[in-house]
Amino acid sequence: MRDFICGKIKKIKPSGIRRLFDIASEIPDVISLGVGEPDFDTPWHIREEGIYSLHKGRTFYTSNSGLIELRAEIAAFMRRKYGLTYDPEKEIVVTVGGSEAIDIALRATLDPGDEVAYPEPCFVSYEPCILLSDGVSVPIALSSETEFRLTPELLEAAVTPKTKALLISYPNNPTGAIMEREDLEKLAPVILKHDLLVISDEIYSELSYKERHVSIASLPGMRERTVVINGFSKSYAMTGWRLGFACAPAEIIKYMLKVHQFGIMSAPTMSQYAAVSALRNGDKDIAVMAESYNQRRRFLMERFREMKLPCFEPYGAFYAFPDISEFGMSSEEFCEALLKAENVAVVPGSAFGACGDGHVRISYAYSIEVLKEAMSRLARFVEKMRAK
Amino acid sequence: MEGKTREEILRLLEANARYTAKDIAAMLGREEEEVKNEIEAMERERVICGYHALVDWDKTDDEKISALVELKVTPQRGDGFERIAEKIYQYPEVESLYLMSGGYDFTVILKKATMKEIANFVSSRLAVIEEVQSTATHIVLARYKDHGMQLAAPKKDMRMVVTP
Repeated sequence: MRDFICGKIKKIKPSGIRRLFDIASEIPDVISLGVGEPDFDTPWHIREEGIYSLHKGRTFYTSNSGLIELRAEIAAFMRRKYGLTYDPEKEIVVTVGGSEAIDIALRATLDPGDEVAYPEPCFVSYEPCILLSDGVSVPIALSSETEFRLTPELLEAAVTPKTKALLISYPNNPTGAIMEREDLEKLAPVILKHDLLVISDEIYSELSYKERHVSIASLPGMRERTVVINGFSKSYAMTGWRLGFACAPAEIIKYMLKVHQFGIMSAPTMSQYAAVSALRNGDKDIAVMAESYNQRRRFLMERFREMKLPCFEPYGAFYAFPDISEFGMSSEEFCEALLKAENVAVVPGSAFGACGDGHVRISYAYSIEVLKEAMSRLARFVEKMRAK
Repeated sequence: MEGKTREEILRLLEANARYTAKDIAAMLGREEEEVKNEIEAMERERVICGYHALVDWDKTDDEKISALVELKVTPQRGDGFERIAEKIYQYPEVESLYLMSGGYDFTVILKKATMKEIANFVSSRLAVIEEVQSTATHIVLARYKDHGMQLAAPKKDMRMVVTP
């Protein structure tokens, strides 16, 4: 029989967390700090709205771009939170999670050979999605020296005549880094100079602990060349509902919608009704959860200081990205050793790009009680490793 | 220390009274000493009135029941409800006492006791207070949630062990 599988998909590396997942899943009383999703339940009023929509028999497709009332609420959300104005009719598409929005943004814009520059470490789907769109992935290696922020110099160095787009994600998974207004303002001239499209994955935008999140689209001259991606998973604790959205100029959304329409049809109807309630009545829920994450973040950083584990201060998302290079192990080796010695699962930094090696991602989407126990185990492990 | 931090400390302690000053200091980005002083000050000022364990007695051998009594009373000239409240809350059988707006005046929550003890207390202690017009006693059949904690179906982490 012929080999039916295409070369493109074979070239894509399997996810770097798979191996760790397999080992960790076998350990019965493992304490995991390896999860990339909130520990909170979706607020009850949102779940209730989803249930009500089923109760009312709203089980049909919605329009391809999503319920108009949801798009209107999204437009209101973008305006009140980030000062951005989008036309609900033509400039917003509701997607199956932020992940789908990333995928369709790339598929609607890349021609074969187009280069996409993106900072690493980053979310695991960027490179595969670029490759599946026949693009060329150009990772920009970041380090804790710049607090994992993208600088204009690093961007300039990565740009070639073939670069079509810059894909950024702040607040960042896995580093917890943010980009403040002045950081973004420094990038803008390079973007304009090279006439780049910006795909800005802002899924963690509501989890920013220093100042309010600034969207790059809100800077002068940026809106018309930016696809802003956001969603409900992280801010409203709605990962399983699979609901996100993209906002961009009509001329871009039109083509993203084409990909979405033929690939997906429309996002889950029940989730869309629930999301209307999230946007209308959920600002307080976001604030309560964000405050709780912030307390855990500070708690974790304090424990790192005590065990003298170097870690730059992460101001966003719910991750810390400590430096474990002093132990002379790859981050994968470190994670396996920690798992075996102390039953604590964290994710190797290298799972998010080669330059993430020497770091581990520690999620603080866990209760203080869990974090406390995990940190005392980590401290014990770190002591033992240093004594060797 | 500003009022906001006080409130944050109180919220944390209300959720878990066993957080140490060190934990709270770490969570709020404060000095341990500072938090310790603040807690002690709030204890002195009786802002913090005590620390209790939240017990699910249904999981023990305890057979006693919980009851809540609605009281209608005739307030006294000059003293309003204060004197009557005092006559009620002095009894060790009374766990909580609230003055209410609406259809009746006091909610009396009784300490867990046997049916007989409760009946006895209501009829021979509460009902006979001269300002009390009427009583309505309600027995708690099940406790689902108490102090913000779900007792019936405690939360379990159902997330996968590792996700991107």
